[in-house]
Amino acid sequence: MTADALTGVLLIPILAAAIFAMLPGYRITARLNVVASLLTFLTAVCLFVVEPRSGAYLLVDDLNKVFVVLTTFVGFTTSVFSASYIDHEIEIGRLTPAFVRFYHAMYQTLMFAMNLALIANNIGLMWVAIEMATLTTVLMVGIYRTHEALEAAWKYFILGSVGIALALFGTILIYMAARPVIGEGLYAMVWTVLITRAAEFDPALLNVAFVFLLLGYGTKVGLAPLHAWLPDAHAEGPTPISAVLSGLLLNVALYALLRFKMLLALNPAAIAPGPLMVTMGLISCVFAAFMLYRRRDIKRMFAYSSIEHMGIIVFAFGMGGALANFAGLLHMTMHSLTKSAIFFAVGHIAQVKGTQKIADMGGLTVTNPVLGWGLVLGVVAIAGLPPLGIFMSEFLVVSSTFARQPWLAAILVLGILVALGGLFLRLNTIAFGEVRGPVQRSDASYVPMFLHFAIVFAAGIYMPPALVLGFENVAKLLG
Amino acid sequence: MRGNLTFDVAHLLAGSLVLVSFMQLYQDRLYALLNIYALHALVLAASVAWQAFVQDAPHLYVTAAIALIFKAIVIPVALHRIIVRLGIHREIETVVGVGPTMLLGMGLVALSMVVMLRVTVQADPLAREDLAFALSVVLLGLLMMVTRRNAVSQVVGFMSLENGLVLAATGAKGMPLVVEISVAFSVLIAFIVIGIFLFRIRERFDTVDVQALDRFRGERR
Repeated sequence: MTADALTGVLLIPILAAAIFAMLPGYRITARLNVVASLLTFLTAVCLFVVEPRSGAYLLVDDLNKVFVVLTTFVGFTTSVFSASYIDHEIEIGRLTPAFVRFYHAMYQTLMFAMNLALIANNIGLMWVAIEMATLTTVLMVGIYRTHEALEAAWKYFILGSVGIALALFGTILIYMAARPVIGEGLYAMVWTVLITRAAEFDPALLNVAFVFLLLGYGTKVGLAPLHAWLPDAHAEGPTPISAVLSGLLLNVALYALLRFKMLLALNPAAIAPGPLMVTMGLISCVFAAFMLYRRRDIKRMFAYSSIEHMGIIVFAFGMGGALANFAGLLHMTMHSLTKSAIFFAVGHIAQVKGTQKIADMGGLTVTNPVLGWGLVLGVVAIAGLPPLGIFMSEFLVVSSTFARQPWLAAILVLGILVALGGLFLRLNTIAFGEVRGPVQRSDASYVPMFLHFAIVFAAGIYMPPALVLGFENVAKLLG
Repeated sequence: MRGNLTFDVAHLLAGSLVLVSFMQLYQDRLYALLNIYALHALVLAASVAWQAFVQDAPHLYVTAAIALIFKAIVIPVALHRIIVRLGIHREIETVVGVGPTMLLGMGLVALSMVVMLRVTVQADPLAREDLAFALSVVLLGLLMMVTRRNAVSQVVGFMSLENGLVLAATGAKGMPLVVEISVAFSVLIAFIVIGIFLFRIRERFDTVDVQALDRFRGERR
């Protein structure tokens, strides 16, 4: 039983991907996609019940359990949304059944790659998994094959590959640092071994390695100077993929970064990774907040909002300490749930209106009340208004920073407030005001969207003690 | 005696790789660029094979074989045919002139020497020099990607960057998963090449499409 849950989260998606690649009917694959994602999620929950043993390749600890469950949960709800989204895309002929088959196979491959990256105990294996996740998303971003989609996919591909390449160089340097201490071979790349001996590594090599890893995986997280691929990839791909990219893939890259941060933190002679992360996080947050004002494309706007929130999360983890780590972790969870729910709403809105241009949509709360108010709720949540979950986590980030570095907290608050203004300015045109664009009913499934909102709402009011305890344990682990 | 020879040959091959990277920087024809890339992969294959011999690590021969067959032969030939089939413009548009690019390249090599040699004092000299050269190749590959506007030459830049990573990985003695990583990279590259062909990425999109101009002037062959 022990190994089963761990191999399960890998085996189910990869088997499903193989089956979907062969099944001809797209309606049945869309249903099966939901079933496979649900099974993966249930298996992931089993990780909490029975703690599997970690080996030389796979690892389970408190940190990645949280990530795996979050990933598989959002993967499941997105597959539900994806089924109704894809139905509509086929109806209007934007996607052909052959492409849909490919899409579902890729969806499960992506889930496999993300789960593998999260539970890999070997830094080389983790790298391979993140590369695989990048590749599958590149293919999916370009799936519409319009000029813009191809350009977005190409940009994502080139920048993503460069990031991935830099991360590999960092990984090699970590191995070089570990080799004299641990000895040649497999164990010098095994995470659980590395962490026990990190204090003896050559600090100079570790420093250079971390810079490469921060730039490399930071590109995938979407940190400010390296974020150029992110808005295009979000805007031009199918919306379920935007949801998965924002809600999950950014987290996976962040997870890789956190692992290496833990490694560096244990070596007293190495540079402190915190200030680097704090700086990049703050720049991302403030920069993205200002960029929100000039957006004309609805998906692009929420992509910038993702950069802003990843900035806040990286900032929180960079500050470190039990409280800031707790806040960062909570914020990451809340952001994943809220942002993917927003993309569920945005996907249906774009389908109803037949466009993604903000100027061509208006008065949604009148024409499509459920969608319109759903979006309003989502923006209220993502902007960080009380009593929703993101308010809680942002409040924790700011208050824990204020006690230690008041100036940094002030800059962060500025970023959050500027973003709030930008979001509401656009929301006003989309949700209220005069009716613009075509008016038609949407036969969408609203369950995933409101399920996410319900969780975010509940977390803002009451967090179960067991959950708080779990997060506190992880925060302690992060140091 | 043997130690010296080992070091000298490895040093020579890694140094040649940097040199070939420089040669790529000043090519202004796509075909010539592809030929130089094939040479780059050839030197890499020789370097990896030498490391396999020196470290007595037979699995590295697989990586060398991948470099030789896949990167030095299959990919250049495939790209060559794609250029012919798609009628891509054969001159390469550069963002920065050759002179400044070469100067920048020299600066990057100097930078990687300074950084890598300083931080790897404790490592053995072979791995040390290898790593410094590898970082130079990586940075030169990056430089090539940012100074070219043509999709094919950006891909060539990425592939030479990747050669630098393989050099680094094989230089790190006893590193596990090197073969797996080089296979993963080959898959990545194959995807790109197929992508160029399928999606018909003719030119980098943000510039003037030279071919469209040719068509307009009735110059299309």
